[in-house]
Amino acid sequence: MPSLCLYFEVHQPRRLRHFTVFDIGRAQPYEDEVQNRQILDKVAEKCYLPANAVILDLIRRHDGRFRIAYSLTGVILEQLETRRPDVLKSFQELAGTGCVEFLNETYYHSLCSLYSPREFEAQVMLHRKKIRELFGQEAVTFRNTELLHSNDLAAKAAAMGYEVVLAEGTERVLGCRSPNFVYRPAGAGIKILLRNYRLSDDVAFRFSNRQWREYPLTPAKFAHWIHQDADAQVINLFMDYETFGEHQWADSGIFTFLRQMPAELLRHPGFAFHTPSEVADRHEPAGILDVPDAVSWADVERDLTAWRGNAMQGDALTSLYGMEKDVRRAKSRKLLRDWRLLQTSDHFYYMCTKWFEDGDVHKYFNPYESPYDAYINYMNILDDFSWKLNRKKATA
Amino acid sequence: MRILMFGWEFPPHMSGGLGTACFGMTKALVERGHHILFVLPSASEETCDSHVELLSASRIPLSEDAERGPLTGLDLHRIRSSLRPYPSPSGHRQPPPRRSGGRSYVDLTGQYGPDLLSEVIRYGNVAGAVGAGKAFDVIHAHDWMSVFAGLRARSSSGKPLVLHIHALEYDRSGENINRDIFEIERWGMTQADAVVAVSHYTKGRIVELYGIPAEKIFVVHNAVSRSEAQSSLQVVKIPVRKIVLFLGRITFQKGPDYFVAAAAKLLRRIPDLTFVMAGSGDMMIQMVERVAELGIGQHFHFTGFLRGEDVERMFAMSDLYVMPSVSEPFGISPLEAMMYDVPVILSKSSGVAEILRHAPQVDFWDVDGMAEKMAALLSDPDLARQVVEDCRIEMQRIHWDRAAEELESIYHRLIRSG
Repeated sequence: MPSLCLYFEVHQPRRLRHFTVFDIGRAQPYEDEVQNRQILDKVAEKCYLPANAVILDLIRRHDGRFRIAYSLTGVILEQLETRRPDVLKSFQELAGTGCVEFLNETYYHSLCSLYSPREFEAQVMLHRKKIRELFGQEAVTFRNTELLHSNDLAAKAAAMGYEVVLAEGTERVLGCRSPNFVYRPAGAGIKILLRNYRLSDDVAFRFSNRQWREYPLTPAKFAHWIHQDADAQVINLFMDYETFGEHQWADSGIFTFLRQMPAELLRHPGFAFHTPSEVADRHEPAGILDVPDAVSWADVERDLTAWRGNAMQGDALTSLYGMEKDVRRAKSRKLLRDWRLLQTSDHFYYMCTKWFEDGDVHKYFNPYESPYDAYINYMNILDDFSWKLNRKKATA
Repeated sequence: MRILMFGWEFPPHMSGGLGTACFGMTKALVERGHHILFVLPSASEETCDSHVELLSASRIPLSEDAERGPLTGLDLHRIRSSLRPYPSPSGHRQPPPRRSGGRSYVDLTGQYGPDLLSEVIRYGNVAGAVGAGKAFDVIHAHDWMSVFAGLRARSSSGKPLVLHIHALEYDRSGENINRDIFEIERWGMTQADAVVAVSHYTKGRIVELYGIPAEKIFVVHNAVSRSEAQSSLQVVKIPVRKIVLFLGRITFQKGPDYFVAAAAKLLRRIPDLTFVMAGSGDMMIQMVERVAELGIGQHFHFTGFLRGEDVERMFAMSDLYVMPSVSEPFGISPLEAMMYDVPVILSKSSGVAEILRHAPQVDFWDVDGMAEKMAALLSDPDLARQVVEDCRIEMQRIHWDRAAEELESIYHRLIRSG
């Protein structure tokens, strides 16, 4: 029986303020509080609250047969705790239904898996603790930032006790194989679920595109496509939660689609919704997946180039992670936290210069006028941070 | 004396040194009892309290013969579709003449855009109207953008024309010059009754590259105005960190790439330095990328274009100012840096090096030499202080009143011989 696996990523970065040379060394804050508050409110009203209401209704209506998974980053959870407890409560209500699985990831939505095993473990543990505290779940499924994945990452996740890991179902790793099966990563005793990017992006990217051949996408049509693959083990639909109401606006009909889709999918008696850990329990790996070089769910390349594709990103990341030793030696919770907040991958995504096919997506999410501005601003802040670090070192 | 001036920049309508120089020069001339009518391509109302009488060419009605196009006797090829002698973020439209009250007006932006040449021609066209309608004794035009305007005013009034060269196309573009601009410069200097060069360096290049006779070129050095607001500025410097400053347009002419290269070299020896590149320009993105490639972004910052008080703060925060220009006819920024007790390193290819002879000078291409001299001034406070003191003494000899006096004698000479 093929499983239907829905997982939504929930994240809002803490955007940095305009930080000039004149601010360096002058104890100025790094974050744009006003903008962050405004964006959080906007997304809460347009997406989180209405989407959570729809999901809760679906769970009740389908009497346990509609099951989904979320991953909320530590960065958004903190913002919700302090500014929008109502939104947090609505997620907790979903957790209470028993039909929702909460995943683990790096607390700060960072790229630390590429730079520091120690920091990676620390951030995953922080997130595990946070999810346990807020949702009462001990996660067994791990998803890395932006679905960054490699053999090495799978081994790390397995060593930390996870049973399932999520990744992008790109041809680069699958060859001619289907993403609709459970696999085992090379060299790790763990299961891997692969995003069906065509079906996922039909909703996440193409839903409101009137130039698209398949527009408009109806729940019946979408269910029909999925039902084609009755031999599959699992159809993994992974996307940003902000797809609902934020990326695809309410007037596109996205909420109606969300409301009707589960019933359409369940019309076929052979299909059932399962969360990632339930999928892993039900299906044995169909093959080995060898991923020596990292893949992600970003852009057409599905690799690291959205965050580490140019010299600016390279310089920023190298400088940031180059400070790790000094940060730890400083033994300051404040400095450690500042350093971690600067790790959020969005900061590097804003510096991306790939303006072609994915340019529009980058531009849409970019609070800066250009990737050069993003780099300049970030490096000003990083210099300020290193200045604080040195001052601490000098007084210690 | 009544002076009719044509210029592309005047505070607050400006993007660089040309406006600063025009401001200081006119102020000194007015203080010596002269009256100045300054015609800008476009000026807003709020500048009416200036010491000069400011006129916006966009508000001058076109004279009857003005729409005939550029003056005859000059052959422009327009080999490039896009003209960018100075970079500017704003694009240019080319609107038809605006009609109002039975008269025609042209809308000018006064920016440096891709359509600068046609703006310059349209600006020249309306100047005829000023030449016919106002009383004055001499015409003073600044740089190639004002050549058409100056010559039209001369032909309609018969008054002598002084063409003041602040920068040449060869300075801005190196060997890849725009032929049209070069031709306008050469034609303007040939036609003008006198040419003023901002340095002996520039005079030499005018003779050598444009074939203008040395006898009609007069050198008048720029100076710097010390306003009261500047001296009151208090900036708390960040202890420990020393800041090395580049301030200017980020273009080929200013040599920003040599500054970046020298910074990378120096940071290998003295890691705890901060470099700041203040300004904007068509090489900025290239410089940002170069800094990133060199992996020095944490110690090398960009500010973008700075205005007003931020310029002053930037100077005041700095410990060393470097002007690595490939070709700098004058270069007023080092004089501004000196007012904040900031020692300077100058490119040998500059006019200001003729005045600040005690400041260390380098060949712009000699990145090692530049890094050496930076290191010396940053690590030896006594040396830095000595450079500042010596330069201050030299600076006392440069003030705008002296430049105004020299201009005055040029005017008199032309009026007498005319």
